[in-house]
Amino acid sequence: MSANSVYLAYLVAAVLFILTLKGLSSPISSRRGNMFGMVGMAIAVLTTLSLTHNVVYILLAIAVGGTIGAIIARRIEMTAMPELVAAMHSLVGLAAVLVAMAAFNNPVAYGIALPGEALHSSNRIELFIGTFVGAITFTGSIIAFGKLSGKLSGKPLRFAGQHWLNLLLGIVMLGFGIAFFMSPSWTPFLIMTAIALVLGVLLIMPIGGADMPVVVSMLNSYSGWAAAGIGFTLNNNMLIIAGSLVGSSGAILSYIMCKAMNRAFFNVILGGFGGEAAADATGDGVQKTYRSGSADDAAFLMSNADSVIIVPGYGLAVARAQHAINEMSNALTDKGVKVRYAIHPVAGRMPGHMNVLLAEAEVPYEQVVEMEEINNEFADTDVVLVIGANDVVNPAAKNDKSSPIYGMPILDVYKARTVLVVKRSMATGYAGLDNDLFYMDKTMMVFGDAKKVVEDIIKAID
Amino acid sequence: MTGAVDPFVLNLTVFVLAIFVGYHVVWNVTPALHTPLMAVTNAVSGIIIVGAMLASSPEKMDIGSVLGLIAVALAAINVFGGFLVTQRMLAMFKKKEK
Repeated sequence: MSANSVYLAYLVAAVLFILTLKGLSSPISSRRGNMFGMVGMAIAVLTTLSLTHNVVYILLAIAVGGTIGAIIARRIEMTAMPELVAAMHSLVGLAAVLVAMAAFNNPVAYGIALPGEALHSSNRIELFIGTFVGAITFTGSIIAFGKLSGKLSGKPLRFAGQHWLNLLLGIVMLGFGIAFFMSPSWTPFLIMTAIALVLGVLLIMPIGGADMPVVVSMLNSYSGWAAAGIGFTLNNNMLIIAGSLVGSSGAILSYIMCKAMNRAFFNVILGGFGGEAAADATGDGVQKTYRSGSADDAAFLMSNADSVIIVPGYGLAVARAQHAINEMSNALTDKGVKVRYAIHPVAGRMPGHMNVLLAEAEVPYEQVVEMEEINNEFADTDVVLVIGANDVVNPAAKNDKSSPIYGMPILDVYKARTVLVVKRSMATGYAGLDNDLFYMDKTMMVFGDAKKVVEDIIKAID
Repeated sequence: MTGAVDPFVLNLTVFVLAIFVGYHVVWNVTPALHTPLMAVTNAVSGIIIVGAMLASSPEKMDIGSVLGLIAVALAAINVFGGFLVTQRMLAMFKKKEK
């Protein structure tokens, strides 16, 4: 293939990737979009294959990796999506580092150095950037994977002088990068790669479990930048375009997650939030009273309502109550009740996670409404059922300036006529705060395991 | 203006324009599909497979080609895993059956 036809084929693939992302603007077009993505990738791979010499080995490597990928994709549970995504980011990071090493090993083969000469100076900078972003993505994602899958503690790991150590390592890494630029050889290259690997661990360890949606989005972004960086090194437009699309997508998701949690991006990155419950949970120490009821009471209230909004949190998925809740809403719909679900952006453990969990339980997607669209409707709603959610419905975020979550966007559940809260106990949520919603006159607490309670409600409705 | 354009400048042009396209397209993604978005971008970042294939294929085999082949396998996990798990998720998003 001529260089021109290769680049034209890459252009086609790039357009298909853009259409893939564009398709995700609605569930209907998304399936076709995903097909576009597969075709685009096939074009990119086949085109590149025509440029290579050892086709057999490459096809073998693709077959091995592809089989593993296909098996994982088939078996993975939807609750485990955040871990899977983190693990996949780490693979991209490692692949980027390996490609950079191969390129440095034989720059002539890539046309980025003349035979007998050293690597071009501009390629040295790009190689350095691609490598360290890839290395940080690799180890950082492994730590994120460990925290998300529970193999590592979700608590933030902090020690004195942490930020200074990171800064020092960053400077030393940059120093070796400059040394590499002056005289490209393996020693500075490997040392700077090793430091970047350590930095990846140190940067993610202090970030707490509650901030993981941001971290996963951020590493998503890094994995894209790593691919783009390698594209610069190899002068390959395909890598630059696809990498930039992924990089900007991850950056936007990080921004959306930070906003939803009312957190400044740099605070998240510097870490330390979201592990243990904060002190001062009950505040004034006055014994507040709350009303509790049974599943039968809840069933009675909802059956006689015109409209019900269900607010699911991650606790719903922990209790594996998604299918039960769908059954319950079907039973209510049959009785003529209008049922909808209200989703806070951080309802799950990654952006959009709760939507997937509900879709898996066959909840029709038009019943599932985002926070901004449904917040005005709580005031006209008869009954709101909060299940497995806490901080995202805490009115303190709106009316208590001293609260640590003040300013965080919440679902305005407190405006509804009646509020039902299904919870195991009166314990606090991630932020360790008491929730005034639970003590309002119109609120009824239903204590118990989410799945058990919902099943009891279904029985009582019939 | 004389002389050929440095490849870096051409790369930078493509890079900046691609970021703009990505930015605008991703803001139009519905929040309900943010998890599939992450899964599919995982597959797309598997595009590193292109670099890995080139790395694994100089005229004769050396340490670089071995590293490249490992990278091909890793990236293939992402490509296949990413697209297939996205397909599986998107198939779940259904309208209400009447």
